[in-house]
Amino acid sequence: MKDKIIEKLNNLFKEDIVEVSEFRGELTIVVKKEKIVDVCKFLKEDQELAFDYLVDICGVDYFREKDRFAVVYNLWSLKNKFRLRLKVFVDESDLVVPSVTSVWSAANWHERETFDMFGIKFSGHPDLRRIYMPEDFEYYPLRKDFPLQGIPGSIPLPGQEKIKTQRG
Amino acid sequence: MEEKIDKIVESLGRRNIEAEIRQDPLGTEMILNVGPQHPATHGVLRLVLKLDGEYIVDAVPELGYLHRGKEKIAENMTFLEFLPHTDRMDYLAPLSNNTAYMLAVEKLFGIEAPKRAQYIRVILNELSRISSHLVWLGTFAMDVGALTVFMWCFREREKILSIFDIVTGVRFTTSYARIGGVAQDITDEGIHAIKEFIDNFPKELEQCEKLLNKNRIFIERTDGIGMITKEQAIDIGLSGPNLRASGVPRDLRKDEPYLVYNELDFDIPVYEEGDCLARYYVRLDEMKESVKIVRQCIEKLPSGPVKADEPKATLPKKEKVYTKMEELIHDFILTNFGGTPPVGEVYHAVENPKGELGFYIVSDGTGYPWRLKVRSPSFTNIQELKVRGKGNRRDDMVGRRGSIDTVMGEADK
Amino acid sequence: MGINTFNIEEQGFLTTKLSEFIRWAQRNSLWPMPLGISCCAIEMMAFAAPKYDVARFGSEFLRFSPRQSDLLIVAGTVTYKMARVVRKIYDQMPDPKWVIAMGVCTSTGGMYRSYAVVQGIDQFLPVDVYVSGCPPRPENLINGLLKIQELIKKGVPPKRDPIFI
Ligand code: SF4
Repeated sequence: MKDKIIEKLNNLFKEDIVEVSEFRGELTIVVKKEKIVDVCKFLKEDQELAFDYLVDICGVDYFREKDRFAVVYNLWSLKNKFRLRLKVFVDESDLVVPSVTSVWSAANWHERETFDMFGIKFSGHPDLRRIYMPEDFEYYPLRKDFPLQGIPGSIPLPGQEKIKTQRG
Repeated sequence: MEEKIDKIVESLGRRNIEAEIRQDPLGTEMILNVGPQHPATHGVLRLVLKLDGEYIVDAVPELGYLHRGKEKIAENMTFLEFLPHTDRMDYLAPLSNNTAYMLAVEKLFGIEAPKRAQYIRVILNELSRISSHLVWLGTFAMDVGALTVFMWCFREREKILSIFDIVTGVRFTTSYARIGGVAQDITDEGIHAIKEFIDNFPKELEQCEKLLNKNRIFIERTDGIGMITKEQAIDIGLSGPNLRASGVPRDLRKDEPYLVYNELDFDIPVYEEGDCLARYYVRLDEMKESVKIVRQCIEKLPSGPVKADEPKATLPKKEKVYTKMEELIHDFILTNFGGTPPVGEVYHAVENPKGELGFYIVSDGTGYPWRLKVRSPSFTNIQELKVRGKGNRRDDMVGRRGSIDTVMGEADK
Repeated sequence: MGINTFNIEEQGFLTTKLSEFIRWAQRNSLWPMPLGISCCAIEMMAFAAPKYDVARFGSEFLRFSPRQSDLLIVAGTVTYKMARVVRKIYDQMPDPKWVIAMGVCTSTGGMYRSYAVVQGIDQFLPVDVYVSGCPPRPENLINGLLKIQELIKKGVPPKRDPIFI
């Protein structure tokens, strides 16, 4: 199965596959971010591979100079009962990744979550809003430079709101 | 006074009345807010419905009222320290969560629990599956108007919780699994209690079935309600009983066997209809299958240790810590710095009562996870409400919401 | 209730103070508003279900509407986003009202020292009884309810003397 996936992808997307790795029997393929929608569409629609089930999308903050963030896609093929992980790297200067909501609608909330937690924007997403934190929250909590205990006063409590509006 | 008027004008300004009137000149559409504190939303989910008479035009679920920042917390503690947090994710089945998390960590460390521990894990997993489905059955029946079932289900669930009390020492938030095994061995008393329970439980379940299966109110409120077709279910990434009720036979216990599930004999109930009634039957059958699994496990339960002997990853026994130097050092290092896993990333998923619960761990070689992502089944399952909300009647919303069975602690993390 | 009974069998009356009579009625028919937010809510359900059966203490009526209840049981982790809702529900309850903070999360933030969790609901809500445990066993919650009944019996107005159990 693994060889077949790699072979098929290499045939079609030779230039866009950055890296293929395996750890503990799990296959990870790093793809260029511009091509992620095409790759996903191919993987889903190919009769033999049939990765028709999107398990998860999540972000990772590697906290380094280049390619600081990554977006990870976990796919599952109902037909072959096989898992595959796709990964794209995102640089801090250009935090936009094409959205895969057109391929699987399940991606909708997963992408919103990634946006909420890391601030990675998904172009072409139908409804990109924060999902967990309040709308007026300014930070992205899962970034490594955000402190665990938060920034005091960034979300007002009920009693404190009034004081704020009275003063200002 | 002036201030007040200013405020009203300001709020009107924000509403863009003109656009609203153009869309809906007679004001026939109504916005209804359900939750976050509402008995029918089962937890702190907020649903904003746009109604046209009795019919739902649009439904927008809003989450995050229970977002506790678990993933951030996980990055700041060792692998073992995060264990109690997994209890509180899907708090209807804490033991399954413990196992799921530990399996992911074990995969990262590359160790395996001994056979006896694996059997114990399976027994407790299946018991918590039953207890979770019982809560679901009770609350779902209450949603569609049958209160007795709720009482009966909770009575049965209390029995399971007392088994947990005997086996793990706690009723509810158990934290029972450990890296490479379980915290302590199961006693004869515990086995006896489990046996007694599985002997009686099918009879009690039958009673509940008698109340519902031919109940006209129940059937009419569930049959054909909240239909999800196979394609839709796959597209929105449903998992667990909801997916199997739509005719997709996906169960990770069979597809990707973990623990000792491949040595056990059980079936996966699948129904084709995809409505609330099918989901009810799937869960009912699953409970019966779980009883079967537990019975087999008790018969097959091998003897032996319950924790792997891997000094670099698992905590040593307490007696040894007190008497031996080397174990003391290991204990100290593991507790303070938390093991040394290889650099890499793993994903491991198990079939929880709610669906596929997966942990994706990125490790940088230290005892702290660099990133831990929880793939929670409830989160994806709630999307159903958004996608399939349109065109349904408002009073069916409660039943549909109940039938998906989500836990907000897990959905919001 | 300080009851003086004169010939209750023969003449059929008893005397007491009106205020005490009201307090007696109040404390034996506390209607809780179960604000179940997370894990503790499940134990709160167990507290109302068979085996623990809170009906024995007159509080079986879990009212899901704040306007019909006089005891708010906050069960679960209160996040900043939820805090506004909790306060709104509290404000909607008619006086006199009491509050139980169930579980360590509600009382102090508990194991969640994170950016999203309020470190104790007493930052924006007066609390009468703090119930410890993660989650508290149903027995302990019943204990908390009894403590509230004691407060009412003593005539302590709400929000005065918090009890920690
Ligand atoms: S106190 Fe414990 S059980 Fe209760 S809500 Fe908090 S974490 Fe959950």
